[in-house]
Amino acid sequence: MLSVDSLSVGFPGNQVLQDVNFHLPQGSFCGLIGTNGSGKTTLLRTILGLLRPDKGKVETGDGGIGYVPQKIQLDPFMPLRARDVVALGIDGHRLGVPLPSPSRRRAVDSMLAEVGAAEFANRRVGDLSGGQQQRIMIAHALVRRPRLLLLDEPLANLDIRSVAEVIALLHKLVVEQKITVLVSAHDMNPLLPVMNQIVYLAQGRSVSGSVEEVVRSSVLSSLYGYHIDVIQVHGRVLVVAAVGAEPRTTEMAHGPVHVTSIP
Amino acid sequence: MFSDFMINTWTVASLVAVTAGLVGFFTVIRGASFAAHTIPLSTFPGAAAAVLLGVNQVWGLIVAAGLSVIGINALSRRGQPDVATAMTLVMMLGLGTLCLSQIGQYSQQVYALLFGQVFGISRASITPVAVIDILAAGALLMLFRPLLLSSLSTDLLQTRYLTATRLDLAFLIILAMASAVALPVVGALLVFSLMVGPASAARNITSRPVIAMGVTVLISLLTVWTAIVLSYVTNWPVGFFVGGFGALAYGAGRGVMRIRRWKPSPIS
Amino acid sequence: MFSPAKFITAAGFFHNSAVHVALAIGGSAAVVSAIVGVFTVLRAQSFAGHALADISSAGGSAALLFGLPPLVGFLAMAMLAASGMEVVGSRQIRERDLVSGVVLGAGLGVTALFLYLDVSMTTASNAANMVMFGSMFTMAPETMIPALWVAVLALAMCVLLYRPLLLIAIDPDIAAIRGLNVRLIGLLYLLTLSIAVALSAMTIGAILSTALLIGPAATAIRWSRRPGSAMVIASVIAISATWGGIFLAYASFYWTPNHGWPVSFFIVAIIFLAYLASGRTTALARLRRAMAG
Repeated sequence: MLSVDSLSVGFPGNQVLQDVNFHLPQGSFCGLIGTNGSGKTTLLRTILGLLRPDKGKVETGDGGIGYVPQKIQLDPFMPLRARDVVALGIDGHRLGVPLPSPSRRRAVDSMLAEVGAAEFANRRVGDLSGGQQQRIMIAHALVRRPRLLLLDEPLANLDIRSVAEVIALLHKLVVEQKITVLVSAHDMNPLLPVMNQIVYLAQGRSVSGSVEEVVRSSVLSSLYGYHIDVIQVHGRVLVVAAVGAEPRTTEMAHGPVHVTSIP
Repeated sequence: MFSDFMINTWTVASLVAVTAGLVGFFTVIRGASFAAHTIPLSTFPGAAAAVLLGVNQVWGLIVAAGLSVIGINALSRRGQPDVATAMTLVMMLGLGTLCLSQIGQYSQQVYALLFGQVFGISRASITPVAVIDILAAGALLMLFRPLLLSSLSTDLLQTRYLTATRLDLAFLIILAMASAVALPVVGALLVFSLMVGPASAARNITSRPVIAMGVTVLISLLTVWTAIVLSYVTNWPVGFFVGGFGALAYGAGRGVMRIRRWKPSPIS
Repeated sequence: MFSPAKFITAAGFFHNSAVHVALAIGGSAAVVSAIVGVFTVLRAQSFAGHALADISSAGGSAALLFGLPPLVGFLAMAMLAASGMEVVGSRQIRERDLVSGVVLGAGLGVTALFLYLDVSMTTASNAANMVMFGSMFTMAPETMIPALWVAVLALAMCVLLYRPLLLIAIDPDIAAIRGLNVRLIGLLYLLTLSIAVALSAMTIGAILSTALLIGPAATAIRWSRRPGSAMVIASVIAISATWGGIFLAYASFYWTPNHGWPVSFFIVAIIFLAYLASGRTTALARLRRAMAG
């Protein structure tokens, strides 16, 4: 479970999050949706305890948090196998050189099997495809069996097939193990079939609830402060600023139509 | 070549090779080549300042190493890290040239501190090198997993005490300790060459981190030993051979990588 | 009472031919380094810039050995190293830095060898010092004209490459789409950088020339938002530091009569202080903004 209560976070001269509230029961699959710069990463880093909030509080329940960060530096020259990355999820914070341990090996092997990465477990992690690397990072985050998993833009820079694979994997984990998953994304469409909760961030503020409750013209219009249209096309959702609506932020001032979800 | 006075050379050079190899492994995977170049080089003014002030050289080296770590760390907070490193380096070197100019006996000192004088190492210098090197190597082995983890992404380390910034600082301090003791015996250039060459080859030979670290130390030792033999025979500076082997090792590593990745193209 | 104006005229500062050469070559090295440096800082290539300068010392020491003009030695070696880096080159910063490091280790090894040979085979017993820390006051007057021509060439290259380099600094992919040959421009840039570092290596020394390359540019970028004006500011800082350094070094012969203070120290110190001051001003501006908001 995850509770975020009237959370405000800012840096000097820049208020990033203002009074963000939401509650996710255990076993939720939640999308954290917003454009670039809307504060998604800041929110995730605050939940992790890497940033200190100015106001409000975060409760994450027992069992620890797994985290898949946005920017991972996996250059092809790194002498690190996929299984080493997963093993670092168990004891990467410990001191000393790792000694061979059958129990750790078993834990790593079963985790690799769960995410469908057994066949490339011994390959160099920098040589793997984007989707495969994302599986390994998810295994890394889950190997200590946390009850809450945060992923920062895990679908960015993946091809369409890998996106579907990663989402199917996350869905399986939520269903089978009752893990709470919070995935940030700038495009909600790939997540629509699986997510049962949504937190929509815009201009530092948020609305949350089920997809039907949140992704509506009236709700998003009051979040953005100007008229927003929600258009459904072939089961996909487009969120656009209505023609003639006055965007208030400079970021959106370049054109009459602002599309946050690109099909 | 194995006479009494050469025994000291072999001992100290081997100690330096092991520690520099270990530091080098993390230098390469963390992409810290510039820091590994800067810290040994900006430690050298310490030796000159010590002569000028008439204090023990060790103190001068430690203070200079400390100053360069503080410089890199403090300036990086406010600007581009590569610029911060460069500015620290030039300021320390500027101070170094000032100290040297006031000592006289200028050029030979510069040469020895930059390029090293592996022959004629006194027995007394073995102990401090050994102590500091063992400490530095021990600290690196202790931090093995956190250093590896934070080189993947700084956000992955979520413990209260080992934050990514502290780990960065710890790594720079270890680098500085190892440099400070190695500098007067083998020279700034040799320390730096050992910190990039062997590791750049080892990482391509194996994908297992612990083994890659071991291979780095092995290549580092072989490099130093061969360089000493060649230097003894030709009377050419040892830094020339170490630097050259570093480049060869890097090239060989790239070659191994290419062969490993090479897949026969299907016959059409 | 100490009067700088009287001191300059009395000590013959402007009538000393060594000073003339130093002012001319030092000034041109400063301007070229400052302008190229803006691109170097924008591209986050401080290490490559420093490495080229260090490696050029191999050429400087070889020139001493073979009796060639130092400028030729510094320039040839820097260009050779630049081409080497570009051939092995990589777009990943980590790998690029490692390549710079490996080439640098090998290059300094060659320097060590040549310096050893200089000392043992020629009369240049001061070789290590001259090559690594510069020889501002001992440059031959006949190097002045070629040095100025090389500087003009580098400036022309900067003008030519101005827009493509900025575009590449922003995003190499966009630049490639716009039809630029990113690798060719990268190589041309490195060659221009070689000229800059060779000039300043000859004047303030191989391992200190990084100060002229990075310091003024990094300071100017903090003060200015536009690359063009940053280049102007950087040039002003660099030339003030160099000429100020020459003056102070000249004056220092009167402070500590037996051994004057090195020019390079003063130049580096002035540049470093300007860099620190620029950090302070931006911090102040931020504070002011925070208080106003």
